Amino acid sequence: MDLASLLIQLLNGVQYGLLLFLVASGLTLVFGIMGIINLAHGSFYMVGAYMAFVFASATGSLLAGVVLGIGLSVALGMLLEWTLFARLYQRDHLDQVLLTYGLILVLEELRSILVDNDVHGVPVPPMLAGSIPLTANLSYPVYRLFLSGVCLVIGGLMYLLIQRTRLGMMIRAGASNREMVQSLGLNIKLVYRLVFALGVALAAFAGMIAAPVSSVYPGMGTHVLIICLVVVVMGGIGSVRGALLAALLIGIVDTFGRVFLPQAAGVVVYLVMAAVLLWRPEGLFRSI
Amino acid sequence: MTMPRSSRLLAVLAAGAALLLPAATLAASKVRVGLMLPYTGTYAGLGNNITNGFKLFVEENGGKLGGSEVEYFTVDDESDPAKAPDNASKLIKRDKVDVLVGTVHSGVAMAMAKVARDNNSLLINPNAGAAELTGALCSPNHFRTSFTMWQSSHTMGKVAAAQGKKTAVTFTWGYAAGNEAVEAFKEGFEAAGGKVVKAMTLPFPQVEFQSYLTEIAALKPDMVFSFFSGGGARKYLADYAAAGLKAKIPLYGPGFLTEGVLDGSEAAQGVQTTLHYADGLDNAKDKAFRAAYLKAFKAEPDVFSVQGYDAAQLLAAGLAAVKGDTSKRKEMIAAMEGARLESPRGKMSLSKAHNPVNDIYLRKVEGKLNKMVNVAAPALADPARGCKM
Repeated sequence: MDLASLLIQLLNGVQYGLLLFLVASGLTLVFGIMGIINLAHGSFYMVGAYMAFVFASATGSLLAGVVLGIGLSVALGMLLEWTLFARLYQRDHLDQVLLTYGLILVLEELRSILVDNDVHGVPVPPMLAGSIPLTANLSYPVYRLFLSGVCLVIGGLMYLLIQRTRLGMMIRAGASNREMVQSLGLNIKLVYRLVFALGVALAAFAGMIAAPVSSVYPGMGTHVLIICLVVVVMGGIGSVRGALLAALLIGIVDTFGRVFLPQAAGVVVYLVMAAVLLWRPEGLFRSI
Repeated sequence: MTMPRSSRLLAVLAAGAALLLPAATLAASKVRVGLMLPYTGTYAGLGNNITNGFKLFVEENGGKLGGSEVEYFTVDDESDPAKAPDNASKLIKRDKVDVLVGTVHSGVAMAMAKVARDNNSLLINPNAGAAELTGALCSPNHFRTSFTMWQSSHTMGKVAAAQGKKTAVTFTWGYAAGNEAVEAFKEGFEAAGGKVVKAMTLPFPQVEFQSYLTEIAALKPDMVFSFFSGGGARKYLADYAAAGLKAKIPLYGPGFLTEGVLDGSEAAQGVQTTLHYADGLDNAKDKAFRAAYLKAFKAEPDVFSVQGYDAAQLLAAGLAAVKGDTSKRKEMIAAMEGARLESPRGKMSLSKAHNPVNDIYLRKVEGKLNKMVNVAAPALADPARGCKM
């Protein structure tokens, strides 16, 4: 394989990794800060993708669909936290797994009733529809590059939010000691509700902007969920920085695994996870 | 005038019996059809289209199959092989169906075939394409009205070689259907002088194609042969085009690559596939079928509707020969084996292994249609390797 192909494969890996990061960051936040195992996270990704499809076909513009979708997913997150998840903080992980697994089934069924069971494509916005020629017979879709840029920007914004703002301070404090924050007079319930809504919105947003390249199909959340759990565990539970690093690592390992070890393509990622966990049982980074 | 008490009773009884009589004979002549198909999940659309096709034929014949009234028993198989033995047994033992019709998913169909064999039941398979069903596992009681992967993919190998392609890369999901397609293509392509330079597989049902596309670009073959279906196929077509490969390295595949996924977008235009059905067939039966289907269901039929329609036709041929008496199984099977069907796909008969013998068309995507280019292989039969019948 020549150098150009190698570099393009690296680009493929980074691009895949950044998208993984966007989905997994919401999961790691909810997991790390609120202590909730949210198996329905992949379903929020699916919900986002279907919203992009429905709204983009209704309005004719993906951007309008995304704006509408973000608003709705924040509302959905708030509603779910208020009605269901707020009851889970004091209970053990098994109850959380049961509830969130149930949510997967409910959301899939709702999707089937409200939309349908067909596979749909979401057109790439015309402004970003082109491809940039890289080698003699390979071009790179502009939208994929745009996607990577968006993921980086969101990652940066999350860093600023958590490390540099008052809300971020409350989130970090709430993650380390819920009772203490409450006794200091801060409304920790509201903070949790916001964090959960943020997690849902991040997953849904990832689904929305990935819809043009991934297409929209039933059960699309399940595959995403599994690989996101790998990212979260590898990166260190609750660590956004760790999630970024782990997602990039998985993106690159997965891509090169497919090229150099095609027989073992499905396993390479899990081998790397096992190796990382042997080396650092708590994941790459601790805390947020 | 008054009747004696006893004769009055007799009259009432006679009247009652007269009422009962037609009902009893009606029940005896009704043929019980068990539809075991997916009505939920990814394949729900396929299951519905097969059912619609089947019922359309029955309706066209006044609600009868070969002269017998039809009673349906329906089970949603959920495309779940684990539930298949139970579902099939329920239809056979509880509902006492005369014939089992199903299904889409090959794993479920294999389980159905086993249950049907154990209970000596008649089974008509309107889709599942696993080669074994009319190969090593073939049985007198099993009929298929769809295809084997070999029929379309082997044909594609010969077509591509005839178009002057010398080298090919194959890329598919690494599961039974994908492997069968690629092997059959390779057999046809290499026998005609081509060479498969690399065979790539992706675990089912993953859809991250980008790194493979980069590799295809580096290998620079004359063509790519791929089998994906449903959501995977739609994404593959879009990614293949977005990578700029479509104009440089033409894409070929068995027909399912472009079935049910065409939305008229640029990505799929010009892709060539082979299948036993196509849009724009020059045959009156197909035109009539499409018009009737559109009228009945307010939707365009597809290849699955055709397969369902032909399943009903084939059953009708068998029932007509025995006047609805399904206990005459031997005569019924003989009639079905000898049936010459006027299918929307064109003429169709059955091979010794009970798989369709029909034309395989070369098709090219134009807009939302798989337009017929030509008949790539006339009256093609599957080799039915391993079938001893």
